[in-house]
Amino acid sequence: MSAPLLALLLQAQPSGLTEHKITNMFNPLSTPTRVMFNMGMLEFAITGAIFAVVAGLLAYTMIRFRKRRDDDSRQEPPQIYGSNQIEAAWTVIPILIVFVIAGVSARSVWGVEDASPPANALHISVVGHQYWWEIYYPAYNIVTANEIHLPVSRNRDRATYFEYTSKDVIHSLWVPEVIGKTDLIPNRVNHTWVDPSQAGVYWGSCTEFCGVQHANMLIQFVVQEPADFDKWVADQQKAQPVPTEISAGQKRFQISGCWACHEVKGTRFNGRIGPDLTHLMSRREIGSGVLDNTPENLRSWVVNPQQAKPGCLMPQSKISGENLDQLISYLETLK
Amino acid sequence: MASINYPLENTGVGQRTEHSVLQILYRWIATTDHKKLGLMYIICMLLYFVISGLMAVAIRIQLAIPNNHFVSPQTFNQLFTMHGTTMVFLVGMPMVAGLGNYVVPLMIGARDMAFPRLNAFGFWAFFFGGILLYSSYAFGSVPDVGWFGYAPLTSKTFSPGASTDFWVLGVLVAGFGTIASAINVVATTVSMRCPGMTLRRMPMFVWVMLIDALLILLIFPPLAAAQSMLMIDRLAGANFFNANAGGNVLLWQHIFWIFGHPEVYVLIFPIFAIMSEVVPVFSRKPIFGKPAMVAAIVMIFFIGSGVWAHHMFTVGLSSLSNTFFATATMLVGIPTGIKIFNWTATMYGGKIRFATPMLFACGFLFQFLVAGLTGIMLATAPFDWQLHHTYFVVGHFHFTLIGGLVFGLFAGIYYWYPKATGKMFSETIGRLHFWIFMIGFNVTFIPMHFAGFLGMPRRVYTYLPGHGLETWNLISTWGVAIQIVGILLFVVNVIWGLWKGPKAGDDPWDAWTLEWATTSPPPEYNFEKIPVVRSGRPLWDLKHPEDPDWKFE
Repeated sequence: MSAPLLALLLQAQPSGLTEHKITNMFNPLSTPTRVMFNMGMLEFAITGAIFAVVAGLLAYTMIRFRKRRDDDSRQEPPQIYGSNQIEAAWTVIPILIVFVIAGVSARSVWGVEDASPPANALHISVVGHQYWWEIYYPAYNIVTANEIHLPVSRNRDRATYFEYTSKDVIHSLWVPEVIGKTDLIPNRVNHTWVDPSQAGVYWGSCTEFCGVQHANMLIQFVVQEPADFDKWVADQQKAQPVPTEISAGQKRFQISGCWACHEVKGTRFNGRIGPDLTHLMSRREIGSGVLDNTPENLRSWVVNPQQAKPGCLMPQSKISGENLDQLISYLETLK
Repeated sequence: MASINYPLENTGVGQRTEHSVLQILYRWIATTDHKKLGLMYIICMLLYFVISGLMAVAIRIQLAIPNNHFVSPQTFNQLFTMHGTTMVFLVGMPMVAGLGNYVVPLMIGARDMAFPRLNAFGFWAFFFGGILLYSSYAFGSVPDVGWFGYAPLTSKTFSPGASTDFWVLGVLVAGFGTIASAINVVATTVSMRCPGMTLRRMPMFVWVMLIDALLILLIFPPLAAAQSMLMIDRLAGANFFNANAGGNVLLWQHIFWIFGHPEVYVLIFPIFAIMSEVVPVFSRKPIFGKPAMVAAIVMIFFIGSGVWAHHMFTVGLSSLSNTFFATATMLVGIPTGIKIFNWTATMYGGKIRFATPMLFACGFLFQFLVAGLTGIMLATAPFDWQLHHTYFVVGHFHFTLIGGLVFGLFAGIYYWYPKATGKMFSETIGRLHFWIFMIGFNVTFIPMHFAGFLGMPRRVYTYLPGHGLETWNLISTWGVAIQIVGILLFVVNVIWGLWKGPKAGDDPWDAWTLEWATTSPPPEYNFEKIPVVRSGRPLWDLKHPEDPDWKFE
């Protein structure tokens, strides 16, 4: 690979993390997904063997006992009504197979669902919204959206425990390599956990139909080395510096009513309906994964989110010209 | 006992003839004849099958490439909602009622169903339920909450307007028809069997339809209850499913799937029933292990009624509940396995004629086997945490409902077509229909399993490029084009048969149950003399007086 190209690639990945756009549930990177993977492999082996045997028998029977072309007699074959021994055999064998699978399944369910968190586990709350994810780190007082940062946890020492709930309808969070599906349900709190073993950016999505933009409710898990994660936490905890003078962009943010839905910590903008924008520019995506967070995309998103995500709850802004430039330059300071 | 001769005499007494179109139309609309109602169910079913199939075509075109703009997100959500609702309630249910109506009285040597007027009521309730659901298009308020309408997406807050009301009321009204027709099937099989037809001698088809009707009576009332609760929520401001007021959204899921999972068995049982007639007749052997086959159906009835929460492995049930429902679900595999083994054993040692109905029956066996095995994968809760609500599930249930149900249904339609019309279809077109449809089906639905492995959730109107989903989706869409050719061949065959098909005769397949003892099509009263039977295969006894079945009973 040529040096400029490599440089370009590195530039595209400022965090230095490998991005897994093509998800792969057969590359499990945490204890729970490894349990699911092992269950799946056992299933493939058993069902594969059953398919080979039964389909083979079916094909053999159909070919061996077909009516031959040269056989035009009206002679009927021997009439067999059944056999208790044979039927007992093909009842008992499936029972034994079910016994094995059900046992492994039970052990796996218990292993994942009833594991208790280690003392220093990281706790994250995820709240589902139509059509984005709100993410709380209660211990660090961080609120963010649509991407979940968490540390690598090689021996469960820094495992992450999740609380899920929803503000509106049912959503479901799934990132195949890292975390299996659990639903985010209004008026109910669900729990799950992960201990990812490898750093990287993993794509996932909402898997419970939640309305018109269900398709574009994507999520990213940013798994970082513990030191990098701690640095991210420190960055996120910084409030936006209170400027001595209100900038034109900030005024625009107020006049256009952006603050009615969006919060920027350290200012008086405290809307609670849409995503918190305090550290907007540190995020990788806009609109819950529908656009990469680039200046051009941010601009087109602010002008009309309905273009990229028709039916999302953020309205068209009708801002243009100088006002738009001011607003965008303000948003770009939210690092 | 030998009070009947073969073929049964039919002097044509009481046959009426009409001339004007109005008279004919009146006779169909006012009819209480089980055969006319059965055919009306089947015709409506085929119409809805085409409408709903065209919706699926639109869905596949939209998903052929990433970021496609063939339909809007809103329209897409309406399409998959109406596709699913139509296929389950307006294709599947009339299939159950249509087959039960047309075939059951003929097979048990009865002149009609036990309650002919209730029967007509059942059909018209279904008919107007369907019209009510589809009138949502006229009012521009089309349901878009998915065919299982999870709360609270169906609440007034998230689904304003009347779309969800159309969905609930349409399905509710059609459901009353279903319940009426199930009561009728139970009453008919219990009280209308001809002399000599003990329960042991009742054909497999009738046995399975009886259990199917009982299952309908078990599960449709809970559905009606859930829908009524939702209507009260929406129209009268109750809070059964309103999370903000302390309602429980999981309540809907429980009640819906108490109906919704056994519903899958309600839909597939008639296909088991067809298989249990077609496979023996075309293998020239009696069904292998009939008592075990009946026991297996009853086992599926009981176990299948206690597995519903396998649709809910991701909602955060306790580990005990998840284990219970996973294990119960896997247990269903045992009686289902018995059925597949017994059909295989029926063929084993036979002389198999691969006429069109048998080809479809064989297609069913292979594809339903795949559907069953992917079902076992989904039944294990830990693997389901990965596979749940992905395209793997979409692939799985289309293997069940098309690879299984539709293939078995075509076997049944081709099998009884000569009986219902008196004409033979074209065997050549029939075979072509099978091979092309079989290839198209597999090309469409095998790739969906892989799209699921790659993380594609179901019910998405689009997907982003670069996530590895392009190839599989494009192949799926091309498969649909092949399937359309197959379906067109079926339509051509049905019309060609009616128009130019040769006379079928009473018993074209050399079969053994009573419907083949009367004329094709049967007269309004079915049998001039009520037949008397001495075994499970009365026509075998008549054709083989030297080796009758009753000697072995």
